[in-house]
Amino acid sequence: MCLAVPGQIIACHGDEATVDLQGNQLKVSRVLTPEAVVGDWVLVHAGFAITQLDEAEARETWDYLQQALGDPTGDEPGGEAS
Amino acid sequence: MNTAAPQLVSRLRELCRGREPRIQLMEVCGTHTVAIFRTGLRGLLPPELRLVSGPGCPVCVTAQRHIDAAIELAARPGVILATYGDMLRVPGRRGSLERLRAEGATIHVVNSARTALDLAREHADRQVVFLGVGFETTAPATAATVLEADREGIKNFCVLMCHKLVVPAMRALLNAGDVPLDGFLAPGHVSVIIGAAAYAPIVAEHHRPVVIAGFEPDQILRGLVALVRQVCEARAAIENVYSAVVTDAGNCVALDLLAKVCVPADTAWRELGTIPQSGLELAPPYRRFDALERFGVQLGADENHPLCRCGEVITGKAEPADCPAFADACTPLSPIGPCMVSSEGTCAAWYKYNRAAVQTGRHG
Amino acid sequence: MSMQTAGTGTQNRVVIAHGGGGELMGRLIRDHLLPPLRNERLAALTDSAVLPWSAGEVVFTTDSYVVTPLEFPGGNIGRLAVAGTVNDLAVMGATPLALSLGLILEEGLPLEVLDRVIATLAATAREAGVEIVTGDTKVIERRASAAPGGTPTEGLFINTAGVGRLRPGVRLGLERIEPGDAILVNGPIAEHGLAVMSVRNGIEFESSLRSDVAPLNGLVAALLDAGGDIKFLRDATRGGVAGVLADICDGRNLSLEIDEARVPLSATARHAAEMLGLDPLTVANEGKCVVVVAEQDAERTLRACRAHPLGRDAALIGRVVDTTPALVELMTRAGGRRVVQRPYGEELPRIC
Repeated sequence: MCLAVPGQIIACHGDEATVDLQGNQLKVSRVLTPEAVVGDWVLVHAGFAITQLDEAEARETWDYLQQALGDPTGDEPGGEAS
Repeated sequence: MNTAAPQLVSRLRELCRGREPRIQLMEVCGTHTVAIFRTGLRGLLPPELRLVSGPGCPVCVTAQRHIDAAIELAARPGVILATYGDMLRVPGRRGSLERLRAEGATIHVVNSARTALDLAREHADRQVVFLGVGFETTAPATAATVLEADREGIKNFCVLMCHKLVVPAMRALLNAGDVPLDGFLAPGHVSVIIGAAAYAPIVAEHHRPVVIAGFEPDQILRGLVALVRQVCEARAAIENVYSAVVTDAGNCVALDLLAKVCVPADTAWRELGTIPQSGLELAPPYRRFDALERFGVQLGADENHPLCRCGEVITGKAEPADCPAFADACTPLSPIGPCMVSSEGTCAAWYKYNRAAVQTGRHG
Repeated sequence: MSMQTAGTGTQNRVVIAHGGGGELMGRLIRDHLLPPLRNERLAALTDSAVLPWSAGEVVFTTDSYVVTPLEFPGGNIGRLAVAGTVNDLAVMGATPLALSLGLILEEGLPLEVLDRVIATLAATAREAGVEIVTGDTKVIERRASAAPGGTPTEGLFINTAGVGRLRPGVRLGLERIEPGDAILVNGPIAEHGLAVMSVRNGIEFESSLRSDVAPLNGLVAALLDAGGDIKFLRDATRGGVAGVLADICDGRNLSLEIDEARVPLSATARHAAEMLGLDPLTVANEGKCVVVVAEQDAERTLRACRAHPLGRDAALIGRVVDTTPALVELMTRAGGRRVVQRPYGEELPRIC
């Protein structure tokens, strides 16, 4: 019932944080995760960071975090019809 | 892209092979229903496994009386109604918020309760009513925003409280005993807030396994494998495969905030009736932020469409195709009930991903 | 009434009199529209443009542009207005020749916004090798203020109609599509829709995503020149790639199988779509076309596409098959299948 996406905090300002989601940036509230700091990964839902998470675990859990930035497809580079 | 999906699917098929009667698991959460379809997992599940949709779509379970109250509030002069987009098209007794907006009411779709509060700051001469819908994943955002409004002394912001709680709904379903259920796939993001241990009553009182999983295909499959293993081994325990984000205790800051700003209350669910202690109201120090009180609006009665079988769909008693209105009188463009309107409604998911297949018998 | 010199206030905005057909309108056209669009036919300001024609079939199209906000990462309504109409000609196998430009300006529109839009429009026309040969300008009264928090009235609407000449020997059409044909897209999808959403009121997020808006006539010409048997082309605008696939499925009563892993989609676009709860296949593009080509010419067409700047990341994403009933199906990354349908309307970002 809840869309939540993982991202990395790149800036904090008071109760707010800017979270980077692979080139997209959202301003969210840190009120539910007061200990999260720049560099930490958080799960974002409805404008709030709702929990912290470990980056390695995040990349393992979310398929789309495994795709390299700038890679236009999810395939290995140069993937053509086999 | 690395995925363990093929191996997990094989494992699942292996575990389920020959099971008679088949295993019935409830996917509590609308997001799981959609994810299972969208990722193509639905068709990969073994025939011995039946997944039943549950009441985990907050839009679908919002009682009609709350929609009518939202419509009444939005129609009041000077009111700006702020709502998550999901609620816009849900039919009340007479029309929807979307139709009211077309008729001139000021209704705004927001992605966050904080945006609703910003609207109140920007328009001091208007009253902003925020429609607080969602389960425990979303309720802390509302609570935090009420607290912020309180601290700043903002007088033109209030909330129509429609938040609901997942575990009481699961218990009510099991107590009703209408549908045989062998286990629950629990909602990953609700669990981030409430913690894995919150499902203890389900296990203790009803001896059914509860497995918490996220929404990526590997996550869902791991969750299903864990559930099926427990069922086969006649175990009933809480298991958490979403340990990247779900802990036993949950998010204590969020839970404390909820405990401070809200109180559990007996709440009407669409088609399910009133479930005790299953919703959230504002606690006494924050009652002045309650929209119904501020505007003196009373909740009316529900008058659900005679053809609508959403109640059976969200309790697993019927599948969308069992409803005579499905894909006929009731479609996403002209919905009769919330299960077809909501982007996570079971009927909408079937219609979008499965209807054609249901007609051809090609997918599961 | 004389035109004020540059300064603050209404002197720098469109006023009703700009549409009056009189002196002020003349100055608007002369000072703000003609210079960037610079060509002789337009400057003659005749009632209609006269174009030379020798042989072949005329291809004719029209489109109106009402996007808000007017300016978005990667482009503006001016670029859209040229690229969109040029692309409608190109995908029919036509060489675009000339465009008309109909402007509806709202009273209050800042002239500097108009200038930026027209400058971009003109640059896009040069890029596409087409001229704006005739035009019209109207001014409407300022609309009642938008509801609080809603999108402010932006006040610029554009219609462009385009004529082109059908390339001799080209036969494109749904009826040519057969089972076995390959399906190709020229690059990463969903970027236009997501880029516009990132600046739309109520959604706002910063993004490195840029609209892919671009005239595709050069790319299409290169594909047709490559000599493969291209059956059908359509640009994947509103409704996204899913919309075009549905058009093919419905129009030909044939099934399509699409390989999700092969659909070009950047990590940034994918994450933005996840964030908003949208299916990238249904999100609008303005620089992407779907190409249906005979199986034996698929590789050749792909190479020709990748050799062009607007097709570097092109990919073969699926094929036409003869299973019934006719459905578009996605072979998902997880190894399953699911149906792809045309989106119902404007998909709203989800929360719950």
